[in-house]
Amino acid sequence: MCAIDVQNIVKKFGDFTAVKGISFSVDEGEIFGLLGPNGAGKSTLIRMMVTLLQPTSGTAIINGFDVVRQSDGVRQSIGVIPQAMTSDLELSVEENLIIFAKLYSVPRLKRERLIAELLEAVELTQWRKAQVKNLSGGMRRRVEIARGLVHEPRIFFLDEPTTGLDPVSRVAVWEMLAKIKRERNLTILITTHYMDEADKLCDRIAIVDHGELKALDSPLKLKASIPGKNSLEVSFLNPPVGWQERVERLPGVESVVPHENIYRIATGNGPSTTLALMELAQAQNVTVASLSVQSTTLDDVFVHYTGRALRDALQEASPLDRGPMLRRA
Amino acid sequence: MGRTWAIIERELRRFRRSPVLIIMALVMPIVQLVVLGYAFGGNVKHLKLAIVDQDHGVPAVRVRELASAASSGAHTLDLIDYADQGQAIMDLRNGRVNGVLTIPTDFSRRVLARNEPRVALIADNTDGFVSVALAGTMGGILTAYSAPTRVPRISGVAALDVVEIYPYVPYVQYLLPGSVVMSIFMMVMIGGGIIYIDDKARGLHEGYLVTPIKKLELIAGFNISGTIKSVIAGMFLIIIGSLIAGIPNPFDPMRLLRLFVVVVTTSFALISLMFLLMVRVSDPLLPRAMFGVLNTVLYFPSGAVYPQQGFPAWMQVIAVADPFTYAVHAFKSLLLKNTGFEAITYDLTFLLLFSVVSLGAATMLFKRSL
Repeated sequence: MCAIDVQNIVKKFGDFTAVKGISFSVDEGEIFGLLGPNGAGKSTLIRMMVTLLQPTSGTAIINGFDVVRQSDGVRQSIGVIPQAMTSDLELSVEENLIIFAKLYSVPRLKRERLIAELLEAVELTQWRKAQVKNLSGGMRRRVEIARGLVHEPRIFFLDEPTTGLDPVSRVAVWEMLAKIKRERNLTILITTHYMDEADKLCDRIAIVDHGELKALDSPLKLKASIPGKNSLEVSFLNPPVGWQERVERLPGVESVVPHENIYRIATGNGPSTTLALMELAQAQNVTVASLSVQSTTLDDVFVHYTGRALRDALQEASPLDRGPMLRRA
Repeated sequence: MGRTWAIIERELRRFRRSPVLIIMALVMPIVQLVVLGYAFGGNVKHLKLAIVDQDHGVPAVRVRELASAASSGAHTLDLIDYADQGQAIMDLRNGRVNGVLTIPTDFSRRVLARNEPRVALIADNTDGFVSVALAGTMGGILTAYSAPTRVPRISGVAALDVVEIYPYVPYVQYLLPGSVVMSIFMMVMIGGGIIYIDDKARGLHEGYLVTPIKKLELIAGFNISGTIKSVIAGMFLIIIGSLIAGIPNPFDPMRLLRLFVVVVTTSFALISLMFLLMVRVSDPLLPRAMFGVLNTVLYFPSGAVYPQQGFPAWMQVIAVADPFTYAVHAFKSLLLKNTGFEAITYDLTFLLLFSVVSLGAATMLFKRSL
């Protein structure tokens, strides 16, 4: 049985369509990533799956329960870590967990056992009496992870769990999630705009942009699905007219995606294309400001399927961002 | 019900760890009671009165003596003699004196001739309290001056005997019921409304909404926890305020019990009102902005600081719908008159109905989703 089955789900805010008929399913025990920039519709999608928003049309079945008609069944089955840090700062780590265990009606003895286990799992046992406001960002996120699991959910939703954390804390959260998933056979759905996070953590990734599902597969297959084994990122100071066409004719080049003066070149042979490119630039008196060669990344996948780099998309202000955020604020 | 208690437990634990909130909600109304109570409640003293005696006759000297008696006895007046009326009026205009008493040149002659003798009080009417106090004091002096020296054994003049059925009520005691309601309201606003919206803005409510908690359990949790906090604030002010204001026999158990019932009812009514106002609000600035407006609109028309009979018609309409009016009346009855429930039944009924209507409307407006 699928842990999550979403079919043609649509969410409109007035005239604006935030999610445009997305379908996918997630198997039990899988870590599934929704990758996309801010405003892509990831948070709206996850909020529909966790019953915070009603879909305009389409269905979402979570652990066998329909999000509209059987919302209580869904809520009992899932643990949710929202995008914002939502632990009570004035309460201690343990008190936060106790309150949420009570909200899920977990019996006292079971509650005590589960909280002890979870604090051990997120390595916060020695901080159990500390007020959350005295913890670091990474530790607070770990409190939230423990809080989301305090009723032993089958499916765990995490909305951008590492946003705002430093690199060390991010890696700690990844390791913790991988460990918890192994130990508890959880199904995890995670939204992120970090490519490395999706690459390292997820069994499968759905690339979402402008409310649409652009691609869905494992990270390896997604990377294999696009042209080129290497990716060149080159910036030129004075590219002449028709420069893109000339670069596309170089040996090994499979695609060229320009963005302002930066050209992202997919090639089957990185060294050969690099050499030819430098010779061409010298012959045409074009200055190469910077050049990097790397293996195909999820960012290349994102560029291939959406026509823009994820890091550029992250900087764009999008109405998708503003719609749901305004409602939440 | 277990989930409702979880919400209440969370709110009360947070409350206990918020000393600033506790100080704001508990101490501020006491400060207000003390400052307003003693600022407005005292008798006006040491008013500077310029005396311009243009007559210098025996009757004029007698008026001067009576004024001196007021000066040395109740210390209402500080007398300053002026030879020049123009200078006295100039000093009045410049605020050096509060009034000018002029005894005209023909005062003694008119007294002896029994021909409407008059003295003039020129008062600075930009300060109503001072000018009224001066006029009252001088009126008393002249009444004493005009009183017959030989009183007939049986007087034919009609007189009014005022009998006060309660002990003297200083203004600080008069203000206490309003301060109790204000302390409840402050806790409702700060510990209820503002925290509710701040939590919503921080996304804390999302955490609740993804749990299986029912809509009614959530609403009950918010309102009961708000009521408990407000009851703590109200009872604290009743006890401390009664001691400060000198309410007789403040720890009478039956009176405390009746006061507790009114505090609970008032707290529930005001938290219901707050929940209704905030149920669809998401901007954290709004409750802060509303605080001052609501404070003014609810507190002053309630009769807490001034009798409602002195209000214009439109303000009396506000007073009728204002839950503060009924709470203040009930607290006045219990604190100042030590009445039983029969004197406050109407107030309690109104507050309960108000709670039911407000909470019912808020429940209908409450969305169990984003």
